[in-house]
Amino acid sequence: MKNCEYQQIDPQTLQTPTPTPPPHLHGKESKQREEEEEEPKRPRRKWEVFPGKNRFYCDGRIMLARQSGVLPLTLGLILVTCGLFFVFDCPFLVIHLTSCIPFIGGSLFVFVVITLLQTSFTDPGILPRATPDEAADIEKQIDNPGNSSYRPPPRTKEVLINQQVVKLKYCFTCKMFRPPRTSHCSLCDNCVERFDHHCPWVGNCVGKRNYRFFYTFIVSLSFLTAFIFGCVTTHLALRAQGGKGLVFALQESPGSAVELVICFFSVWSILGLSGFHTYLVASNLTTNEDIKGSWSGKGGEDVTNPYSHKNIFINCCTVLCGPMPPSLIDRRGFLPSDESAQTSGVDIELPSAPSKSEINVCTQGTKGLLESATRSPLITTSCPQGKPQAAHTCPDISPAMNSDPSPEVSTSCGARHIMISHGDTSPQRHTKTRSKRSKRAALHIPNPAFDVPVSPTSPDAGLGSKSGAHKGASFAPLH
Amino acid sequence: MAETHSLQDLQQPAVSSKVFVQRDYSSGTICKFQTKFPSELESRLDKQQFEETIQTLNNLYAEAEKLGGKSYFEGCLACLTAYTIFLCMETHYEKVLKKIARYIKDQNEKIYAPRGLLLTDPIERGLRVVEITIFEDRSIGSGR
Repeated sequence: MKNCEYQQIDPQTLQTPTPTPPPHLHGKESKQREEEEEEPKRPRRKWEVFPGKNRFYCDGRIMLARQSGVLPLTLGLILVTCGLFFVFDCPFLVIHLTSCIPFIGGSLFVFVVITLLQTSFTDPGILPRATPDEAADIEKQIDNPGNSSYRPPPRTKEVLINQQVVKLKYCFTCKMFRPPRTSHCSLCDNCVERFDHHCPWVGNCVGKRNYRFFYTFIVSLSFLTAFIFGCVTTHLALRAQGGKGLVFALQESPGSAVELVICFFSVWSILGLSGFHTYLVASNLTTNEDIKGSWSGKGGEDVTNPYSHKNIFINCCTVLCGPMPPSLIDRRGFLPSDESAQTSGVDIELPSAPSKSEINVCTQGTKGLLESATRSPLITTSCPQGKPQAAHTCPDISPAMNSDPSPEVSTSCGARHIMISHGDTSPQRHTKTRSKRSKRAALHIPNPAFDVPVSPTSPDAGLGSKSGAHKGASFAPLH
Repeated sequence: MAETHSLQDLQQPAVSSKVFVQRDYSSGTICKFQTKFPSELESRLDKQQFEETIQTLNNLYAEAEKLGGKSYFEGCLACLTAYTIFLCMETHYEKVLKKIARYIKDQNEKIYAPRGLLLTDPIERGLRVVEITIFEDRSIGSGR
């Protein structure tokens, strides 16, 4: 067998002339949709055929979930509050207190806005969908399981991680077994690594790649909110001195009243959220795992978190200061001409020629074989960009949102996601409220109409207890 | 055009099958691939060579994801600059990924291509699998 002459394949010679990028590229995704069906006149970038529900801007540099949730509201609230602060409170406080105040406020504000935008616009750790060949290979493996005496239910695989049994589920949408800690977000229709939750305030999923941005955002936002709250209180107290009274102070500085209301209602929930996430970071947990109680040993078995380093400091360093993983979806890479392979590459400015030559080796050599297989699944998926969804279809867990103008928007959809994708009946035990309007509503749970058909939920019993427990635990050191 | 046609035939052998080397999660979520030798490659490749390739890849990925002083320093610096430093700087991970790409190209040229195989960089498959494409045996007139 060894003496037969194999065709020596030189990847370099097989490189077909890759389409050179045209001098100008359409920045807006809407223009490309018309060209999708027929032969494209110019090479397309991979973000244009991305199958998930995401929106891309600046030619793929920026990405958002399709439902941007209340990101404009979040930004608006922050801008308005800080604007009022600088206009109404700073002048008075600079004179009567110290001139550091605008600088501290300004730097916190800049920090908050930058981290918010980074959380929203960064790829959270989306896993690209399996190529048709991979999917076929996995299907074969599923249908012919090994000769083990114990057969786990189909479409799950068990692995042993640090002496802990972890079940890997098969994702029907992405056609692969999800790596550990990965979850499929139904809002974005993507599998996200180290999935924490889908945050509508930020308009994106929070996952492996943007969790540190998210954490920095909420911590700096708590500082900012507390700082503004403190300054406004001081301002009003100083104005009300000399027997003039609070009403007089408020009349003189009406902006402060608005700030006071906003800050008063937000500071508790944001501080609570920061505390909760600090706990998660210290124990190397995700919100998703915490909600599901994956490692809490509720079954009476001895389960521990296999990902924790058993040391708070190391856990914090790992989560927040660990190496930044690259984006696995090569948004700005070019699609090979005549091919819509779901390849992914590193999201850096590498000339993609070497990798593309390898793709071309496979594809050019198998034009007849693979063309039909690879083309069909991808082109039929509708291109999701450029269609801002007006309707927010999150009906469920967040109790605190009902007082908002857009009551159908929910907060953390981590629990919701679990129920939709796994269809299990775990009660919604936890909600992370980031309501800036009412903290009190978070603790009693009005039951909004549930559109989700899958899950019979028991919101009242479950929701309050865990969130209350967490908030209680996290509030104690903060007060 | 006849020459072109036959040249194309020679230079673009048909893909016989693809083998996927899956991830090994026994050590957690770090990027590591199974070193189990796939049976489809038995006729083409030495087990040892395959294991060496995969092990080197695993070591390179471990180096990329290593938690040490350097990565912590990078992380802390990034945090202080509100992570804007990621916009200008190439991260350690990306540097190692380039190294991996060079290694795979090198392996393809030296070991895999002469045997009618092709390694695909795992980053192109979302770090899920190492895809090995097996090309058809195009020996002409081998008389077997």
